[in-house]
Amino acid sequence: MIDKKLLDEHNLTMEEYEKIVELIGKEPNITELGIFSLMWSEHCSYKSSKVHLKKLPASGKNVIQGPGENAGIIDIGDSLAVVFKIESHNHPSFIEPYQGAATGIGGILRDIFTMGARPIALLDTLRFGPLSKPKNKAIMDGVVSGIAGYGNAMGVPTVGGDVYFNDCYSLNPLVNVFCLGIVEKERIFYARAEGKGNPVLYVGSKTGRDGIHGATMASAEFNQDLEQKRPNVQVGDPFKEKLLLEACLEVMEKDLIVGIQDMGAAGLTCSTSEMAANSGTGIEIDLDLVPQREEGMTPYEIMLSESQERMLIVAKKEKVEEVQKIFAKWDLDAIIIGHVDEGGRLKVKAGGGIVVDLPVDAIINLCPVYKRELKEPAYIKQETQLDSIPIPENFNQTLLKLLSSPTIANKEWVYRQYDHMVRINTAFLPGADASLLKIKNTKKALAITLDGNSLYSYLDPRIGGKIAVAEACRNLACVGARPIGVTNCLNFGNPEKPEIMWQFAEAIDGIAQACRIFEIPVTGGNVSFYNDTEGVSIFPTPVLGVVGMVDDVAKAVSPGFKVDEDTVVLLGENREELGASEYLKCLFALEKGTPPQIDLEEEKRVHEVCIAAASQGILQSAHDVSEGGLAVCLAESSFLSEEKIGLNVDLQDEMRTDMLLFGETQSRIVVTVKSHDLQRLIELARKKKVKATPIGSTCGKRIIISHNNQRIVDLTVEEAYRAWKDAIPEIFNIK
Amino acid sequence: MKFGVVIFPGSNCDYDTFYVLKSILKQDTTFLWHKEHDLKNVDCVILPGGFSYGDYLRSGAIAKFSPLMQEVKGFALNGGLVLGICNGFQVLMELGLLPGAMLRNKNLKFLCQFVHIRLENDQIPFTNSGKKGQVLKIPIAHFDGNYCASPETIQKIEKNNQIIFRYSDVKGQYSEEANVNGSMESIAGISNETGNVMGMMPHPERASEALLGSEDGKIIFQSIINRVR
Repeated sequence: MIDKKLLDEHNLTMEEYEKIVELIGKEPNITELGIFSLMWSEHCSYKSSKVHLKKLPASGKNVIQGPGENAGIIDIGDSLAVVFKIESHNHPSFIEPYQGAATGIGGILRDIFTMGARPIALLDTLRFGPLSKPKNKAIMDGVVSGIAGYGNAMGVPTVGGDVYFNDCYSLNPLVNVFCLGIVEKERIFYARAEGKGNPVLYVGSKTGRDGIHGATMASAEFNQDLEQKRPNVQVGDPFKEKLLLEACLEVMEKDLIVGIQDMGAAGLTCSTSEMAANSGTGIEIDLDLVPQREEGMTPYEIMLSESQERMLIVAKKEKVEEVQKIFAKWDLDAIIIGHVDEGGRLKVKAGGGIVVDLPVDAIINLCPVYKRELKEPAYIKQETQLDSIPIPENFNQTLLKLLSSPTIANKEWVYRQYDHMVRINTAFLPGADASLLKIKNTKKALAITLDGNSLYSYLDPRIGGKIAVAEACRNLACVGARPIGVTNCLNFGNPEKPEIMWQFAEAIDGIAQACRIFEIPVTGGNVSFYNDTEGVSIFPTPVLGVVGMVDDVAKAVSPGFKVDEDTVVLLGENREELGASEYLKCLFALEKGTPPQIDLEEEKRVHEVCIAAASQGILQSAHDVSEGGLAVCLAESSFLSEEKIGLNVDLQDEMRTDMLLFGETQSRIVVTVKSHDLQRLIELARKKKVKATPIGSTCGKRIIISHNNQRIVDLTVEEAYRAWKDAIPEIFNIK
Repeated sequence: MKFGVVIFPGSNCDYDTFYVLKSILKQDTTFLWHKEHDLKNVDCVILPGGFSYGDYLRSGAIAKFSPLMQEVKGFALNGGLVLGICNGFQVLMELGLLPGAMLRNKNLKFLCQFVHIRLENDQIPFTNSGKKGQVLKIPIAHFDGNYCASPETIQKIEKNNQIIFRYSDVKGQYSEEANVNGSMESIAGISNETGNVMGMMPHPERASEALLGSEDGKIIFQSIINRVR
């Protein structure tokens, strides 16, 4: 009997239940109810976000696949395309950091190779609570190990990403994983179940009781019974996935199949109904044929299991033996569990009887869409007076403190646990403004970056959204790449709260506007709501993953100074802004103020100057100004090269010295040029109406910064480097 | 000259090694499948890096039982050239073709980074185009690379010049800091007594293009090519 309690357990409202009954013309049985609870969950249906996501620009002349499939696809020429996507695995990573993060990697990899692409790069955005709390250290250690454990064994390099720390993530860390693959344009595969009578094959690991209701778990707030949720987290087997990857790509190369879909969130339920719905067909499967790891599993459990490393394939009828042979070569089962049917229904048999008979359209396409109430949160209107902030007496100490703040400090402790070089495409090691991967047999390279400053988004979600896009594109511009496509991971709190929904709508508006101005299509992404624990929401955290292209990899630009006596030039303007800065947070424990303002047109012109200068080969280095401001940018530029070259600059701006050094005004890039190329750069900038100010030169082994001829920072490069480099290893006490 | 690159299930540097040999060094190169017994008349077998059979058990412990490895063992004992890189090195130790074993890295973390290694013996087929004392910049990427052997074994391989590479700093000096994984005697690579089998933890195939940060790895492949041609 279906009652309120049972519906609550399935995260369905009474109204939703009534709609289900109306759509399917009967009372669902328990297995059918389970299917709806998964597919109508926020995680699978996007029911609260759909109306807003529509605002994101999704088209462009190189878009092969926009939102709605496993991943987006962009044409990159040379008969090749890139397939990329970002996904969250936040809740599982809090409950069980190692496996939660590991299976996140497994899932995003499957999203990419399901489409026929060979994954060549992983990146992750990680957000943790402050490392002063042991629990946060344990979570970070587990998450990093989990990503390493899975990604390394798969032979896919983890080439970049970012890590931020804020107390709002103490009970709700974020693990957003991005993957990019390369595919020949003629060999892209989709989740299709076409051709009546074509066999449906189950391949990969056996089904167990793990992960039942994972998608539903990701669609509700957390409370104190988290420990009980542990069985909802799946356990990863990267070896099995590696075999699955090789076998699937081999089958695809030989043109033996019609369609393929991974069994990720919502497992067999999602893959069968999606494939049928996408093709306007039906699917009939027999659960007695599904390989099972445990005894006595009910149809409900088999349909809802989220066991990892499984795929569903619709093969060409006459090629099925060949498919099975290839899987056998890789020591994997490929079992026929059913066939494609007409009539648009999902029919599931078990024990000789029918246990599910539902219209796939109702499962996939007819979930209610909510236009939830929006309300500006009260905190937005609070005024913050920053005039009372004292100006530091010792700027050397202030700079060292910022360089050792975990958000700014070197993340080598993290990325050296990841194999970031396998597949031998990694032209820039992690730590550059963007990751750079050469494309074999061409002169081109792909640049990738993930960005998202959640403090900006908290204080002004619209600006936060714009800046996330702008900073990602700025990072690409620094290496000399122009952006070609975007994916986003939108991490927010409970969408049933109007204040959260307001944050979401504002952030989307900001992202949409920025993507339009930068002319980049959003080809998909992921929404992660319900990032609240015990009623406390995280800061709204939209994370942007932007992919860019460098036409000649030999001309790509890295952030570190190269030689003595180059001219240091600031592109863009310094403004009197200090709000929402890492400086205020780090020195005064203030997470307040107005985030930096941004003029997207100006920002775009700065990028154009940088990209043009890079393509003319006149940039020796380029590094963007972001968290920690100009002073941190200059210090990093000095030690981000092996040579570790110092600098002597003088900043001539009338403003508070701390604003000038540590304010996070946008649209600024620090570049170096040979002195004989300076005029060319200034000319390029003038044409684009971008301010280009020579501020000094590279030299020696000291970082010397003056403000209006008065020396305010004077440190050895080594001192600054150690502060930045040793901060995180010292916290973990493991070098 | 013909190279064979072994594919175990879970190998993941197989294509990288193949690419460097075939596309960069223009050598005749073929893959060897773990389930087969055919060495396809190659002159040199390379066991690439990765996680053979998942390495859920001791690294390399299952790979040694594969059909192909029985052939590789015979090939090596007859003087054939066999190079094991990273996981391939671990497999060669499991097979008994090289002495010693690997412990977890001293910091108990996976380590991926460029390191410097000093060439200690330039008289074997894998190093003849290098110079003793030369420092090479080549990346590592492993969890279990902390070389360990009995004092007698260490003494013996030292005496026989079987220690081929040691972790060092850029100037060729040994130090605890340079010995990133904690290996005994800073050992990064060793050979068998006759010098026709070598194992090394650093990945020469990842240091064969200037764009990727180093071409020092080519010295090893070039040595093999020189020797056999």
